[in-house]
Amino acid sequence: MNQLNRRDFIKLGGAGVAAGVASLTPSSALAKSEAYNPGATTLPYPQTAVAKAQSLPQNKVVHFNYPDESSPCVVIRMGHPVPGGVGPNMDIVAYSTLCTHMGCPVSYDPASRDFKCPCHFSVFDSEKMGQMVTGQATENLPKIRLEYDTSTDSVTAVGVDGLIFGRQANIL
Amino acid sequence: MSHNKDRVPLPPVGAQKTNMTCHFCIVGCGYHVYKWPHGAEGGRAPDENALGRDFRSQQPPLSGTMTPAMINVVEDGGKKYNIMIQPDKECVVNQGLSSTRGGQMATIMYNADGVTRDRLKYPRLFTGDDWVDVSWEEAMAVYAGVTKRLMDTFGPDAIMFNAFDHGGAGGGFENTWGSGKLMFSALKTRMVRIHNRPAYNSECHATRDMGIGELNNSYEDSELADTIMFIGANAYETQTNYFLAHALPNLTGATVAKKKAWFKEETANSGRFILVDPRRSLTTAICEQSSKDRVLHLQINPGTDTALFNGLLTYVVDKGWHDQDFIAQHTTGFDEALKANHMSLKECSRITGVSEEDLEKAADWAYKPKPSGHRPRTAHLYEKGIIWGNDNYRIQSALVDLVLATHNVGRRGTGVCRLGGHQEGYVRPPYPGKRPVYIDQEIIRGNGKMLTVWACNAFQSTLNAQEYRQTLYRRANIVRDALAQVRGRGVDSMIDAIYDAVTNRGGLFITTIDLYPTKFAQASHLMLPAAHPGEMNLTSMNGERRMRLSEKFMDPPGEAKPDCLIAAEIANSIKALYEKEGNKTMAQRFSGFDWKTEEDSFNDGFRKPEGIDTQGGATGHLVTYDRLRKQGNNGVQLPVREYRDNRLIGTEMVYTDYKFSTADGKAHFLPAEWTGLPEMVESQRKKYRFWINNGRTNHIWQTAYHDQRVDFRTRRYPMAPIEINPTDAKELGIESGDVVEVFNDFGSSFAMAYLEPDMKPGHTFMMFGYFNGNVGDVVTSWTDRNYIPYYKGTWADIRKVSSMKDYKETVSFKRRRYI
Repeated sequence: MNQLNRRDFIKLGGAGVAAGVASLTPSSALAKSEAYNPGATTLPYPQTAVAKAQSLPQNKVVHFNYPDESSPCVVIRMGHPVPGGVGPNMDIVAYSTLCTHMGCPVSYDPASRDFKCPCHFSVFDSEKMGQMVTGQATENLPKIRLEYDTSTDSVTAVGVDGLIFGRQANIL
Repeated sequence: MSHNKDRVPLPPVGAQKTNMTCHFCIVGCGYHVYKWPHGAEGGRAPDENALGRDFRSQQPPLSGTMTPAMINVVEDGGKKYNIMIQPDKECVVNQGLSSTRGGQMATIMYNADGVTRDRLKYPRLFTGDDWVDVSWEEAMAVYAGVTKRLMDTFGPDAIMFNAFDHGGAGGGFENTWGSGKLMFSALKTRMVRIHNRPAYNSECHATRDMGIGELNNSYEDSELADTIMFIGANAYETQTNYFLAHALPNLTGATVAKKKAWFKEETANSGRFILVDPRRSLTTAICEQSSKDRVLHLQINPGTDTALFNGLLTYVVDKGWHDQDFIAQHTTGFDEALKANHMSLKECSRITGVSEEDLEKAADWAYKPKPSGHRPRTAHLYEKGIIWGNDNYRIQSALVDLVLATHNVGRRGTGVCRLGGHQEGYVRPPYPGKRPVYIDQEIIRGNGKMLTVWACNAFQSTLNAQEYRQTLYRRANIVRDALAQVRGRGVDSMIDAIYDAVTNRGGLFITTIDLYPTKFAQASHLMLPAAHPGEMNLTSMNGERRMRLSEKFMDPPGEAKPDCLIAAEIANSIKALYEKEGNKTMAQRFSGFDWKTEEDSFNDGFRKPEGIDTQGGATGHLVTYDRLRKQGNNGVQLPVREYRDNRLIGTEMVYTDYKFSTADGKAHFLPAEWTGLPEMVESQRKKYRFWINNGRTNHIWQTAYHDQRVDFRTRRYPMAPIEINPTDAKELGIESGDVVEVFNDFGSSFAMAYLEPDMKPGHTFMMFGYFNGNVGDVVTSWTDRNYIPYYKGTWADIRKVSSMKDYKETVSFKRRRYI
């Protein structure tokens, strides 16, 4: 990936890079108490601390669960800017690890930097917003929306783009 | 639904549930359509939704599939409904699997706010400089008026068609009958070509001449075979759920117990796969990933299949592995074919580029008696590598010769079958010509005065496409100019102007009948809006001849109609013109189209098989909509043997009685001498550096007529990709994501470079039939004796055109092969 400017990142979906935006999204406590909100047009995603950016190893997955304990995800610091990436180098991305086709756990291949599903051989690109490279899914891999706070170096999960396998809605 | 696509509505208990066979690839997976009033939703508890699933907690892997692509909001009878289209776990074909194509069936149903909102809703007429919506009455006045003038003056040869002939979307027994009856019984024109080829012909002419229909086994036979030879077939991408549910389990050993149960005395092991393909396809990669020691990839030189089969035949007979009793009792012509096809293993190796060791290994796997002494059960399954290969008729003859010699037909676990592209659904009156006509060349020569393009698009799916398209535009523009001169003067003046333009100035009057304003429609003068599965009841059969009824669950948009009822509209309009002038003879020719529904067409064609060509066979009359509906997504395998105990009983394997489809009931060997590449193709090969192999990817169906409207697809492939060897690309200064021009003596095309290490130096693979970058532009005009193109026989040079920043940033160029 060549160097991208800020305009490109916004176009490609990496808008959530600014510190402070996180304060506009509901906390998990708030979400719980207002599970039914006729005024809301988005699901009440929790904010979940994922990692300190500087502590993330390069090109290795770090597991976490989001938006709840039964939804496995990984965060990866790619080592170079990628579309949708956050953090000081715009290189941190996170995905659900359940294949959108039939829910088998995908595994990350650090050599090719893609996710592979062993059940029906779907492949998803970690560096292109989870785009399905090939396979039988009809959706890209759900991308976990991240925010980065420069003052604390913390990466926080704040939402999901795409439906996590095995759910009617991402919030159970 | 949220723009984040992070939730879907569940069908409530009591939602309408109907059957739907996927209308894309030939496999024809079974699905259920749930439909319920918009605004209502089922609950997450299993007793609160029609799926009976518990969405209060995370569902485990393989428990089912449910994605945003599987839902939509449609209108029916003036009311809005939610729909969800889910794979059927009880269907023996797909067993609950969905493919990337079938999984989006809900998405592509018409929704005024959806991705397919630009469906044709009304007939549209080109008025000289603009398109306007018109009524069916006005559209038919023009179409029938021009047709009758041309018929009366020049006869039916002036009236040409590019037409579908198959099942699934843009087809079905109802629609092939309706259109066929119009073309062949009423108009009696022989000037017809079929959707991806330039004449009215079979892609399996040789095997039929030899007495073997090309769909003669069941998908279950791929579970039972000792060895499967896949020839020019990339089943993972193009017959996906056949491959995943039936073939791959054999390779991995999951069907050994079944084999032992079926064939008690025989040695039974995990299957072995021999893949004949110059390219390491995705299928090969997956097979090698799954069980490398049981996979043999014969990476033959392009176009050398005939040499391969002839070498194997000679070797097998030398070894005595052929079945002399079977040959003597049930075939003719063996000695003649053996002599003509004779080729030593050494010569075979030299021509094909495959080592003698691998050739012997292939013969051992496929034809050497098993340890138990039994003849191995080897299925030979082929597709476009042969269909679009070097002399279709010759290769198929050579292959079936090998199959017959080794008795690999008529026994369970064997079969010599095409794997297929789309589903089948052929029922038509006999073609009125003695021989097919190369229609594209007739058009290029200036012949024909009227062309109707019906549910196909040769601009994206024919050979020598550049010259064809340029000719079409030139001739169409003559008519367009004429129409501009009479703008506003009414239908009679339009008919006069069209007649004059096509009669005196070389014009061609073009009508397209389709779901959308296609690329071909850009050159046309009239568009008629058609319907597709879900908007009509439709029957087809899949690659194992399994016939199902896809049930209608919504109205077509606007005034769109099923193709069979469009055929009826045309016939009845022409009939009325003849009646008006008192011509009873011609009026009679256009009678018999008094159909109110698609079922009327089905009953008129499929259920009256005498004297027509039908894939339903002589027992088609036993099949009714009601009986099919009751047999759900498992349907019945044609031909139907009987109707007993309220069930249609079908045929799992054809030729188990060794009564072949010939006059004498015997299978006929055909000589198939290896003769090299055709001269026209060889001249391009000598002149140009790259072999432009071409075919499908799993993402895109046919001409992308739906897919070009689906963001998930077009973000993946904004332009037709061409896989290139990285070293070759580097020499030419090409990177992934660059736009390249592919050019030779026949034309030039454009593609998006996609570097792939598995491509041999000098080899490329370009996606076929795309709307942005059409490989047909560089395919030669050469065909076999029956006018089947050699799409794969394309050589060209490549140069970089430009670097597309957006492609490079948004499109994945990761390797498509599962390594």
